[in-house]
Amino acid sequence: MADPITLTIDGKPVSVAAGTLLIDAAKQVSVEVPSFCYYPGLSLQGACRMCLVSIEKMPKLQTACTTVVTNGMVVHTETPEVKNARKSMLEMLLTNHPLDCPVCDKGGECELQDAVFRYGAAETRFLETKIHEDEKKFSNLVYYDRPRCILCYRCIRVCDEGMDVNAYGIGFRAAHSEIIPNRGEHLECEECGMCIDICPVGALTSGTYRYKTRPWELTYTGTICNHCGDGCKTTLSVRNHEVIRANNRDHSGINGEFLCVKGRFGWDFVNNPQRLTLPRIRRNGKQEESSWEEALSLTADKLKSILAAHGPDSVAVVGSNRTTNEENYLLQRFSRTVLGTNNIDHHRTADFSSLVGALTAAKATDRYATMENIVGAKHIFLIGNDPTHQHPLVAYQIRQAVRQHGAQLYVISQGDIKLRRQAARYLQVQLGGEAAVVSALVGASALPNNLIAGGSEAFGAFAESLKSAVDLVILFGDAIRGDEVRTMVRWGLSMPGETRFAPLGDYANSRGAADMGMLPGNLPGYAPVTDESARRKFESAWGQATPISSGLHIKAVAEGIEAGRIKALLVFGSNPARTFGLSKSTLAKLELLFVAELFSTETAECADVVVPATSFAEKSGTFTNTFGQVQALKKTMRKAGTKSDLEILLALARLLGHKWSYQSADDVLREIIALVPGYAIALPNLLIGRAVATRPEGTPPPLEKPDLIFSSRDNLFGSGTLSRYSWALNSVDEARKPYGHEF
Amino acid sequence: MAHYENPMRGSSLEVKVLTERFGIPNVEKLDVFVQHNGYEGLRKALTMTPDAVIAEVKKSALRGRGGAGFNAGMKWGFVPRQSPKPKYVVCNADESEPGTCKDRVLIEYDPHQLIEGNIIAGYAIGSHQGYIYIRGEYRYLMEILDRAIGEAYAAGFLGKNILGSGFDFDLATHTGAGAYECGEETALLNSLEGLRGYPRVKPPFPAVVGLYGCPTIINNVETLSSVPSILRNGGDWYAKIGTPNNGGTRLFALSGHIERPGIYELPMGIPLRRILEEVGGGVWKGKKLKCVIPGGSSCPVLTASEIDVPMDFDSLSKIGSMLGSGGVVFIDEDTCMVKAAWRIMKFYAHESCGWCIPCREGTAWLKALLERFHGNGGMAEDIDTALDVSYNMLGKTLCPLGDAAAMPTISILKKFRHEFEEHLKLGSCPFEARGSESGVRVSAGVAI
Ligand SMILES: Cc1cc2nc3c(=O)[nH]c(=O)nc-3n(C[C@H](O)[C@H](O)[C@H](O)COP(=O)(O)O)c2cc1C
Ligand code: SF4
Ligand code: SF4
Ligand code: SF4
Ligand code: FES
Repeated sequence: MADPITLTIDGKPVSVAAGTLLIDAAKQVSVEVPSFCYYPGLSLQGACRMCLVSIEKMPKLQTACTTVVTNGMVVHTETPEVKNARKSMLEMLLTNHPLDCPVCDKGGECELQDAVFRYGAAETRFLETKIHEDEKKFSNLVYYDRPRCILCYRCIRVCDEGMDVNAYGIGFRAAHSEIIPNRGEHLECEECGMCIDICPVGALTSGTYRYKTRPWELTYTGTICNHCGDGCKTTLSVRNHEVIRANNRDHSGINGEFLCVKGRFGWDFVNNPQRLTLPRIRRNGKQEESSWEEALSLTADKLKSILAAHGPDSVAVVGSNRTTNEENYLLQRFSRTVLGTNNIDHHRTADFSSLVGALTAAKATDRYATMENIVGAKHIFLIGNDPTHQHPLVAYQIRQAVRQHGAQLYVISQGDIKLRRQAARYLQVQLGGEAAVVSALVGASALPNNLIAGGSEAFGAFAESLKSAVDLVILFGDAIRGDEVRTMVRWGLSMPGETRFAPLGDYANSRGAADMGMLPGNLPGYAPVTDESARRKFESAWGQATPISSGLHIKAVAEGIEAGRIKALLVFGSNPARTFGLSKSTLAKLELLFVAELFSTETAECADVVVPATSFAEKSGTFTNTFGQVQALKKTMRKAGTKSDLEILLALARLLGHKWSYQSADDVLREIIALVPGYAIALPNLLIGRAVATRPEGTPPPLEKPDLIFSSRDNLFGSGTLSRYSWALNSVDEARKPYGHEF
Repeated sequence: MAHYENPMRGSSLEVKVLTERFGIPNVEKLDVFVQHNGYEGLRKALTMTPDAVIAEVKKSALRGRGGAGFNAGMKWGFVPRQSPKPKYVVCNADESEPGTCKDRVLIEYDPHQLIEGNIIAGYAIGSHQGYIYIRGEYRYLMEILDRAIGEAYAAGFLGKNILGSGFDFDLATHTGAGAYECGEETALLNSLEGLRGYPRVKPPFPAVVGLYGCPTIINNVETLSSVPSILRNGGDWYAKIGTPNNGGTRLFALSGHIERPGIYELPMGIPLRRILEEVGGGVWKGKKLKCVIPGGSSCPVLTASEIDVPMDFDSLSKIGSMLGSGGVVFIDEDTCMVKAAWRIMKFYAHESCGWCIPCREGTAWLKALLERFHGNGGMAEDIDTALDVSYNMLGKTLCPLGDAAAMPTISILKKFRHEFEEHLKLGSCPFEARGSESGVRVSAGVAI
């Protein structure tokens, strides 16, 4: 690294890396230089002139946001001239500003208000007529108020540079300049609302939040988005037990200011009036509302009699990939000890197990990739996934890596995904081609030409370009599973540098579902159920025996129901009728179908007992994102009538004669930390809002059937049941574009 | 091609360097041009090293005619000799400064001279591609230039291996869409690249990071048109025509309240008083002079007592004004300076690109204030407010347009404060009360 640069700012000496901007150098000695248009990570504008400072030997004031520091520079930020310049910029900005702060959404958290409070003048000398423009609706989610706009161009840049959507431009000129959608009157975009978040004033407002409240009436709780496997940190703003808004208020964590449309707007399923709030029991073929006591004791009684009559393996459990680790852990304990069966599974959206197995076998469990590894990566290899739709934060971070330090992106995919724009190399394959390319890369098999667009020539060029890659971060979707994961790991570990791996699975806690052992063949932390010593560890902690042979995976369970072997199915936060195509008539064969859900899904409609569960906003716990990073979920509000899966399981266990001593999710987490391999995480790090990486180690049984792993292929606006009940996600025209549509 | 009255009125004080061929029948045709020393400068240049060409231009003390007056040879010298990227020559024919209309005649009457200047500049900096960026309203000049460029290609002055020298150079025209700001060099580059005509943050300067991120020189039409004669006759010869550090002649566009408005080629350093009296025929209708805008509307005005100044960059700078783009606007005693200030600000408020706060908001504010003031709504504090707002723009904007708006305003507010006060006292415009014509006409087509 080049020698640091030493300069003086307001008399304080400071040393910073060469190339640092003066405005950032000032922060290091706690000197705040006000700014509007400067935004770290986005291109420089020199537009607002708020950051003018005095530099010795320079005739004019200089903008600190565009000045690169030089050795010996002497800077003053508080001279009368500088102060007057700031004050005058604010005075000029306010000339055409409506000053409707009392009704503006941004009032109380507005950068312009704060700047005027601190640097401005209380009086104006402007006596002319203000330029007025009526507010415009850019989409159901984004509104624009020109008079409030200070033209800092942050919205344009975050849309161009951050999102690669380019939805905004500037219309007209001079004092009549305004932000306009680039395509006609309306936005046609990813509707992420990054523009609203980044707007320093109340010019861009949110269709779901505007004019609803004052920011100081809200309570803020930092938690985790419930929609995809990336695990963005978010802050829910709640008033009277109603979520009003979501944004990552302190810009901390793995996502900084980022949230996609689902994270920023799609939480509204929580407030949906169709939420279940009373249990239902099927009587005479019709579901009727009941009390919690009745629903749970009826379930327990039926379970008792089925277990007594048909044995534990006549019962099966389907877990969720968006409930907490604590709930998942308890559910598998419930299945293995209270019910006594390993018949537990969930919708597996990526093959986490095989990666754990492969890295453990290669003694390379330090090579799990984290989200941060993407941001810092020089070379990224993306196989069989479309992050723009399936992993919006991953897509965002890949773009940052490419734009900010020229990371090389290599893509293999079936469709022409949007990230191809950032890709240095792209190889298009047919269905099944991803795995074939991986085996061909390692030389394990010949290249099946017909699966690759451009044939062996295209493959050769692609493979050749990969040769120069070091420190690869390999991201793979559902097409790479089972043996193919092992092949890919073998190839990846043969590459120079430190190759890292991450499977890209859907939904907020797919990874946690697998890690917590919601699988028929392995315990929490991936040890096979047939591994006696692993079983002992849990058995001694629980004081109960667990079954010794593998259970049925979900497809076998379906057959079991059909064949009459499975009599009871317990479903927690999952919709197997839709996900696994379990038909009404199949489900009708069950003696007991118990469903814990937020909404009356296709599965819930067939149930004998449905109980209303809490959503992510109404409970605490942890999620593990698809990279294996654990983050804390915090309860932000109550929803009358609902119970969390944790409470439901504790009650059911009690009714079935088991005394569990857990008082809260925290107790369960402490047990997970103590018992689950790879989860020995530092609790304080979790509590201060970090994403804490795990390194599972184990030798899980091989994948039973390849098609147990499949992505839901939700598009950017979808995430199964939750998005179906989001007004916001369904309100935008773009939600009706087919999967893979590019913006 | 007479869209308008011939602006070349002629004067015995003229020194014809740039305009030496004006009036020769069909000189816009290549063969006629060549018969009159055409492309001789280029032939000469091609026998020299690029560095020697730059040295010759430096020696000539040719200063940029676009407004800022930067030494042309020095600017060329900033371009890195070795560059892995292509380099570009961009000719600024956006001529939009109110009061300025000289690039137009250079293109119309002697297009090959400009083409020759572009090729020499390309040779000097090692560029193989030039662009001439023409203001939207000058679209008709594009036809003239395109025809001439076609002839030059056919005759081997453009294209591959020019005159057997091994040097390649291509030249193309491009039109703007009519924004004044697109004459600012970095806004021009954006516009040329197909982007909105917003200026860029400097540094980096275009000589290093210019068109498409490559080293680029940007010169005015008149600057480049001066180059062939410098090569032909030598830098020393050219420098001697003007005053020290202000080589050669320049085209002055005289407009406003004078008897003989028009375009005249005069040596640098000629006193403004001689221009008014001996070239322009004095103030019209026997009236008295009130003030002069010496180099386009961006320049601080000079009062009648300041017109003994020699018309070169340094002398004008010394008395707090600028030579600018050579558009000299004379204003007679019957003109209301409040209205003049308002009209000038109306132009800038309209043309501000809107990128930065002080210019976008400041020009709009000043325009509204001055309009109200002249419309009898003035208040005593307005004068100081207007001055202060102007100072708050000055030196604080991203590009010099903000300064260009502030400078004339400050000078009028200071030098003609008494006229503002008279408005206040009278409660109306004293000039309109007297029934005088208070408008100013300038020949660039913008009626003030
Ligand atoms: C607002 C603004 C408008 C300008 N318009 C022109 C123009 O129309 N023609 C021109 O040659 N230079 C114009 N300039 C000056 C150019 O930025 C640049 O300095 C010039 O083209 C350089 O050429 P020269 O060195 O040959 O003068 C303008 C500058 C500003 C700030
Ligand atoms: S809308 Fe907001 S972010 Fe966009 S330019 Fe205006 S003030 Fe800046
Ligand atoms: S990227 Fe995923 S985790 Fe982040 S906001 Fe979007 S849906 Fe939520
Ligand atoms: S000073 Fe600012 S607003 Fe004015 S033209 Fe230049 S960049 Fe645009
Ligand atoms: S922050 Fe520097 S000009 Fe806006």
